[in-house]
Amino acid sequence: MEALIAKGVSKRYADHTALDNVSISIPEKTIFGLLGPNGAGKTTLIRIINQIINCDGGEIIVFGEKLKPGHIETIGYLPEERGLYKKMKVGDQLLYLAQLKGLSRNDALAKIKIWLEKFEIKDWWHKKVEDLSKGMAQKVQFISTVLHEPKLIILDEPFSGFDPVNAQLITEKIVELKENGSTIIFSTHRMETVESLCDHIALINKSQKILEGPKKQVKEQYRSNTFIVEHRGNHFTLPSENYQLVKQTAIEDGLYSSHIKAKGSIKGNQLIKDLVDVTEVFSFQEKLPTIADIFISLVKGEDDSALKKHLQET
Amino acid sequence: MNKVWLIIQREFLTRVRKKSFLITTIIVPLIIPVIIGGLVFIMLKEAESAKPDTVMVVDESGKFDLDSTKNTKRFHFIPLQVPLEQAKKAYNETKDFALLYVPEFDINKPEGLTIYTQENPSIEKIGDLESILADRVRDLKLQEFKIDKEVLQNLKTNINLKQINLTETGEEKTSNALILNGIGFVLGILIYIFVLVYGIQIMQGVIDEKTSKVVEVIVSSVKPFQLMLGKIIGIAGVGVLQFLIWIVLTTFLSSGVLGYFGLKTPQKQAMEQVEKKVKDEDVKKAMSQASPQINEIMKSINEIPFTKIAFVFIFYFLGGYLLYGALFAAVGSAVESMQESQQFQFPITMPLLVGYLGLFMFILRDPHGPVSFWLSIIPFTAPVAMVGRIAFDVPLWQLALSMTLLIGGFLLTTWIAGRIYRVGILMTGTKVNWRVLAKWFMLRE
Repeated sequence: MEALIAKGVSKRYADHTALDNVSISIPEKTIFGLLGPNGAGKTTLIRIINQIINCDGGEIIVFGEKLKPGHIETIGYLPEERGLYKKMKVGDQLLYLAQLKGLSRNDALAKIKIWLEKFEIKDWWHKKVEDLSKGMAQKVQFISTVLHEPKLIILDEPFSGFDPVNAQLITEKIVELKENGSTIIFSTHRMETVESLCDHIALINKSQKILEGPKKQVKEQYRSNTFIVEHRGNHFTLPSENYQLVKQTAIEDGLYSSHIKAKGSIKGNQLIKDLVDVTEVFSFQEKLPTIADIFISLVKGEDDSALKKHLQET
Repeated sequence: MNKVWLIIQREFLTRVRKKSFLITTIIVPLIIPVIIGGLVFIMLKEAESAKPDTVMVVDESGKFDLDSTKNTKRFHFIPLQVPLEQAKKAYNETKDFALLYVPEFDINKPEGLTIYTQENPSIEKIGDLESILADRVRDLKLQEFKIDKEVLQNLKTNINLKQINLTETGEEKTSNALILNGIGFVLGILIYIFVLVYGIQIMQGVIDEKTSKVVEVIVSSVKPFQLMLGKIIGIAGVGVLQFLIWIVLTTFLSSGVLGYFGLKTPQKQAMEQVEKKVKDEDVKKAMSQASPQINEIMKSINEIPFTKIAFVFIFYFLGGYLLYGALFAAVGSAVESMQESQQFQFPITMPLLVGYLGLFMFILRDPHGPVSFWLSIIPFTAPVAMVGRIAFDVPLWQLALSMTLLIGGFLLTTWIAGRIYRVGILMTGTKVNWRVLAKWFMLRE
């Protein structure tokens, strides 16, 4: 089942269009990367899913049901602009936010206790938020997002404000949540986290979705049959017309790294076979595009062929 | 609805638990009796120690013959039989209040009367002196018309109008304009202050939520309108609680302080009056003993409908607060700091200020005049105006009309404010003016 389906969602303001006929489907129990440059419309889409604003056209389906007020209890939302009541105590704050999400007082209290223990911050209960450091407040905010055990969790730039140790801790919790059956929508600019965490991605640019699919498939789609070979000596001629040397750089001790593009149907194995006759091969791997590569080139507005060219050259 | 209740609770409890709430709630009722006590104390002291001011008189006309026989409580006159220049020198060597110079003058056109002082005298003293002189001139004129002193004495009569309101049923009620005025004055100002103070608290709360960014988390759980409503109602609760504590404490403490000086609070007087009523025998006894004037005052206090006034006051406090509170919430949602809110604060509090000024200019002078009527009907000025009028017995239909319009008024402002609020709280970095607010208001859901 799909955790969330957006069908032709549009949102127009007087002077600009924030979302233009955007359709996305997010499979259950995955980590879904919602990517896009600033101002692309990600936050608008997230706000529509959270029913903070309404869309002008299209519809949202959450776990097979049309989006309705009751769904706020199935959704947990960590906005990019974090904020808590500064003068409130950590415990009171979490209790209040959990009750607003529909938990009973007793349920909320029990769950807060569990989460504070998980993060080893049990003694923070009576601390005021204004006395916490930024990273500490972020932890509290994260807990408030997942406390009511939402089936759909929306995290907007979840790692901003965390040091590497805490970022790692949050990453672990996110994976844990996924393993426990939650679906996570992840909006971020940190491509290395997308690369390592996300199962699916969608790219929104200038109010439109321009790319969507499982991460592997997307990368597959943009592979250019280019291989990176490390070899000794730069004096060799490519074995046939089927290969093209894109780029060659010296590494050390007479070792060189060459990017070799193979024509259409030629597989990597064939290239190795051909290369061993002309040079001494030290390492061999296919050059796959990173999400960052795809992101940058698509956002720059280049078409697919230009993208492939870009990928070969880098 | 359950969520609005949660918001109300939070808004109420966080404010009530604050130290500043405790301090203002306790300190104000402590300070008021202390001030009253202090003033009464000073007044009593002053009355005891007040000595009349000495005025030297150089009367060239010889018409006034102001000598010690004309002394009043405030002025003692010392006639000097020397020329003015000499008198001035003599005066400068004393510490007396003033030197009065009366040249030859025509009683129909008194000119040239001059007063010399060492310090700037208060208008009040000069006024008193002027009226003494005016009285003397009048006496002289009457003498000129050959009206003798005895006739003159007989001309002066003390009149004290006994005020009775005839109700529609023909029932007679004693009233006392001074007491009613006082009640109208105090209640009107109280409403004005309360609406303003708590309205600004709403605005501050909204701005805090917006700038701390917590609002986006909250509106992902509740509708913006629910959040706004919860905040307004929660803070209203704080206001009502504070007000009730004040009433209890001031009554308690003021009666203590006044009791020390042998005075009684109006509440206590009224209560005692009621107690007396129970024992009918005592009433007659008391009535016959007390002077008729005191009796009238007691009677009129007794006939002021305190329960009705209290009910009307609470109604208009809540109504006015809700009406303006919604507007304050809308302003808070649109701006990002208190400073930025100034440009909107003034226009929305304008009508409240009009009601406040109207209280002094029209309502207390002519509580049933056309301006007073309209001020107490229009929802924006009604809270201050109607509460100022209520002690003067407002016809029931006017009260009903005004209350209905007020309810309609705050429903309208709440609706308008809600539409601006839902957009405003999520907008940051926008330069806001009235046109932008209008645009937000028009924006579809």
